[in-house]
Amino acid sequence: MIRVLKFQDVYASYGSVLALQGVSLKVAEGEVVALLGANGAGKSSTLRTISGLLRPSKGIVEFEGRRIDRTAPERIVQMGISQVPEGRQTFTELTVIENLRLGAYTRRDGRAVKQDLERVYTYFPVLAERRRQQAGLLSGGEQQMLAIGRALMAKPRLLLLDEPSLGLAPILVREIFEIIGKISKEEGLAILVVEQDASLALGIASHGYVLETGTVALHDTADNLKKSDSVRRAYLE
Amino acid sequence: MEEFAQQVVTGVSIGSIYAIIALAIVLIYRSTSVVNFAQGEMAMFTTFITWSFLLRMDFWPAFLLTIVVAFFIGAALEIVVMRPVERAPHLNSIVVTLGLLAIFNSVALWRYGPLQKPFPDPDNWCIGDSCLEIFQGDAFTAGAVTISRLNVGILFVALMIMVALFLMFNYTKLGLAMRATALNPVASQLVGINVSRMLALGWGLAAAVGAVAGVMTASSLNLSIDMMAGILIFGFAGAVLGGLDSPGGAIIGGLSVGVFQVLAGNYIDSQIDLMAAFAIIFIVLVIRPTGLFGRRLVRRV
Ligand SMILES: Nc1ncnc2c1ncn2[C@@H]1O[C@H](COP(=O)(O)OP(=O)(O)O)[C@@H](O)[C@H]1O
Ligand SMILES: [Mg+2]
Repeated sequence: MIRVLKFQDVYASYGSVLALQGVSLKVAEGEVVALLGANGAGKSSTLRTISGLLRPSKGIVEFEGRRIDRTAPERIVQMGISQVPEGRQTFTELTVIENLRLGAYTRRDGRAVKQDLERVYTYFPVLAERRRQQAGLLSGGEQQMLAIGRALMAKPRLLLLDEPSLGLAPILVREIFEIIGKISKEEGLAILVVEQDASLALGIASHGYVLETGTVALHDTADNLKKSDSVRRAYLE
Repeated sequence: MEEFAQQVVTGVSIGSIYAIIALAIVLIYRSTSVVNFAQGEMAMFTTFITWSFLLRMDFWPAFLLTIVVAFFIGAALEIVVMRPVERAPHLNSIVVTLGLLAIFNSVALWRYGPLQKPFPDPDNWCIGDSCLEIFQGDAFTAGAVTISRLNVGILFVALMIMVALFLMFNYTKLGLAMRATALNPVASQLVGINVSRMLALGWGLAAAVGAVAGVMTASSLNLSIDMMAGILIFGFAGAVLGGLDSPGGAIIGGLSVGVFQVLAGNYIDSQIDLMAAFAIIFIVLVIRPTGLFGRRLVRRV
């Protein structure tokens, strides 16, 4: 398998708060990887470091064999990594279609962008219906769909999802995870998904990492993690 | 009634310069939450640049060249002076703009001296022999209401800036990216927008728009170092009235302030026009704290 992301012994901090203390993980082409852990474990910081929003103080981040730990966030998007941030962060004052167009900001292939827009609309038909509405008027679930659609518009080869289930009703969460699974299969897209709800993420992932206070406490296949006692106790029950 | 109409027309003429300055203030405020108190002095300074260009070329080439130069001065200021204090509390940035105000004032005094300089009215727009006579010629009259050609021209220029900015913000990818940056910088970075570049662009645009206000002011008065001081205050009032984050609001706010000022000066006392204008603004802000067209009361920090 071809390695898409290599994250090796990475340290990162916010001022004096150490968020990552030697995290290592890998994502291969086309696979879904779960990143689990309690609140404050460093999951979001890991994604922020991959996207270039947080600079690592030590360690190596590679995307498709190229170092990106000193690369600007906008360049990283252009290289093929999109993040759906925690709390969605849609442009609430802009329309749905403007949000999606912004997703394709780094692209110059106008024709392909139009096709991708149609594809996003087939994954999330509700976005097509509401394309002229302000994003802020969408429900929480619809905004999550918009955030994912916006990230897909960049035509990424690695998608980072930060707690897509946050604040959503269970039935919507299941729907969104089904679509995420489908997108990964159909697009051959590698996905690194952060979740507090482990059973959801392990349902679509092939393997997963468990973070504890900025380090990797466990790494195993999704099936083994589902069976693991410590994971069950901490995150599944 | 005709007297009233005349005053509204005069107010709108004066207000169109306030509107342009208000627009410049809003361009910076909406993307950085910083009120640029140096906006007026920057405009004054760039108008001195126009004046030195005018020794060598015609009015409109000098004007266009000034806009380009002002754009780069504005962008450079953002990169060199504002960026280092970007992450500090906004008050720090605002104090820095006060420093810029003093610097532009002193440098202009040192380079160009304290004396007023005569400044020409803009030429009419001509292509070959056919001219659009909106800057020079006899005043326009309708009944007892008159408005000078120059004022018509200034209004026209204000309108053009508005339309150009409207088209840019609403119909171009760059404009969409600038709006996105103002609304949510982190999300903008995550879609691949170079946020720093957008901020520099915002300052550049504001300086360019301000330069237009400076040239129009110098055309209707004379070129002097203190010509923008009062205009900045009225322009700022217009921006606040319009809601500080709305370009359309800035225009309407600026025009309204001009009209208030003339009406108050005429019906109450010309000595208190400043105070009366502010009284009205104060009342509006008490009733509508976000201004007439503003949406957000509290900005992200
Ligand atoms: N902006 C920030 N400033 C300071 N500390 C932060 C910031 N964001 C996160 N942290 C700290 O970094 C650690 C990891 O946080 P985070 O990566 O958000 O965890 P998770 O996403 O797993 O909940 C926590 O101790 C958190 O308090
Ligand atoms: Mg988090």
